[in-house]
Amino acid sequence: MKADGTVNRAALPAIFNPEDLNALEQALRLKASRPGSTVHVLTMGPGRAAEIIREAMYRGADGGYLLSDRAFAGSDTLATSYALSRALANISSDLIICGRQAIDGDTAQVGPQVAEKLGWPQVTYAEEIRVAGEGVLRVRRRLERGAEEVECPLPAVVTVNGSAAACRPRNARLVMKYKHARAAQEAQDASEDYFAMVNERPYLKLTEWNVNDIRCEASELGLSGSPTKVKAIENVVFQAKESRRLSGTDVELDALMKELIANHTIG
Amino acid sequence: MNNVFVYCEIEDGVASDVSLELLTKGRALATSLGVKLEAVALGNNLDGIEKQIFPHGADVVWVGDDARLDPYTTLPHAKVLAGLFKEERPQVALMGATSVGRDLGPRVSSALHSGLTADCTSLEIGDYVDAKSKREYKNLLYQIRPAFGGNIVATIVNPDCRPQMATVREGVMRKEIADPAYAGEVKRLRVDDYLEDADLVVKVISRHVEKSKINLKGASIVVAGGYGVGSRENFNLLHELADLLGGEVGASRAAVDAGFAEHERQVGQTGTTVRPKLYIACGISGQIQHTAGMEESAIVIAINTDPAAPINKFADYAITGDLNAIIPKMIQYYKKNSK
Repeated sequence: MKADGTVNRAALPAIFNPEDLNALEQALRLKASRPGSTVHVLTMGPGRAAEIIREAMYRGADGGYLLSDRAFAGSDTLATSYALSRALANISSDLIICGRQAIDGDTAQVGPQVAEKLGWPQVTYAEEIRVAGEGVLRVRRRLERGAEEVECPLPAVVTVNGSAAACRPRNARLVMKYKHARAAQEAQDASEDYFAMVNERPYLKLTEWNVNDIRCEASELGLSGSPTKVKAIENVVFQAKESRRLSGTDVELDALMKELIANHTIG
Repeated sequence: MNNVFVYCEIEDGVASDVSLELLTKGRALATSLGVKLEAVALGNNLDGIEKQIFPHGADVVWVGDDARLDPYTTLPHAKVLAGLFKEERPQVALMGATSVGRDLGPRVSSALHSGLTADCTSLEIGDYVDAKSKREYKNLLYQIRPAFGGNIVATIVNPDCRPQMATVREGVMRKEIADPAYAGEVKRLRVDDYLEDADLVVKVISRHVEKSKINLKGASIVVAGGYGVGSRENFNLLHELADLLGGEVGASRAAVDAGFAEHERQVGQTGTTVRPKLYIACGISGQIQHTAGMEESAIVIAINTDPAAPINKFADYAITGDLNAIIPKMIQYYKKNSK
């Protein structure tokens, strides 16, 4: 955690958010059902976030984009969705699938906010995405107390719920093929041999964009583009209740049950 | 202008519990800010809906009654709400952290470029000084929520953008009647002014909503299990104890994620908040995301193999040991002593 209450992501390992994996699986299934379609991954973060792109390629994604710049640091969900939407403006796509929410913030806000910025319809909490006709999706959504099926025209943003099908495992052949794929930041100190290899196999070069590669207003990025500010972060120190310590013997539990019955807590 | 707004979710003509809870909270916030509380009800056949809303302290109910607003789809609701907010400029806007509110809130916040904080566990009014500009802000909404792992609570503010938006889970705030005879003003929204055909592209083909059979919120006794319970089978022991005591089974998020218990049983920040007479926490370590949802329980019994588990700080009785040995004994001695 940094002094301004934002998270120092460079100090954290890059992990695939579980629901992003559910989202990737839906994308790969659609790709299989629509010959000629491709799946690309967009992620924003420090250089090591390229690991997410490689992991997706090991499972069948065709490629990816890393959006990485210090100017994005301290972004709240709105500034994040702005940056992502500007990057998406560089990419021609019909469908954007994302995980419902990240496991750190749990906000579930970025998907709908990206959809709004693109002016596209959104479908959240998806469990299954199918093609219902030319340019139309049929999506099953999970609600708190039920489910619904909706039809949505493309282009659209769909966020996928954790109850959707689990992602397929890595494919050994694809791991061999893509394990040396690198974003520019990661390849900075690579040897000449590495660059010779990339020349031969251009798919090993992952697209990396910084703030100059997307058309955006600097004031909308990072802390300055974030309406929400962290006022305070408190480590909560609970005033411990005066608790009675028991080791679970028969005598103790017999007495405990008698006490709870006597004071009408139970029974 | 500058009032507190609550978006009310309506299902089959009934305002949802979370909306009434937010109205109660919104009433308190509006009173402390010296402004009005306004509610927004969007749906179809909403005649008389205001009667459910006024008693919770709303001064104004905006009613958008139109077939295109039922069942809920994102774009029409977002269009009407964002349009109304542009005209009325609320300073605070609250909605439920439900599959509707969490779909609608971010869309509206993006359209208005306003900050939104998800899953708040507490909302208060207070002042703020920006660390860089030294500018002082009076009477902001403190949006308080557990954050980023561990026992950390963050207070979020939106100094410059309006409305200050927050979502809150069902059961986190208390639902109260401000005054059964509280009467406000009904304002009809001209839905046509906000919607265009392009907002109607998503169509609900079928919809199936069931009333939950699990009533965690209303249970006076909750027997909750965590990851430490170890398996779905071991949860049967918790069900046995809960059935015997007339209670309900709850679970921590870790237990739900591991598939030991249904999602509706989840207690905590991203589940249900409970305030039972007795909470028995079995194999739950006591992360703040969980304890935020049970700390107001009257009596807490914690059963954990780790004597240093954080849950013990909340416990009136901290039992150190294996729940598979202790729960059967609790069942045995309850049966013996209740005869």
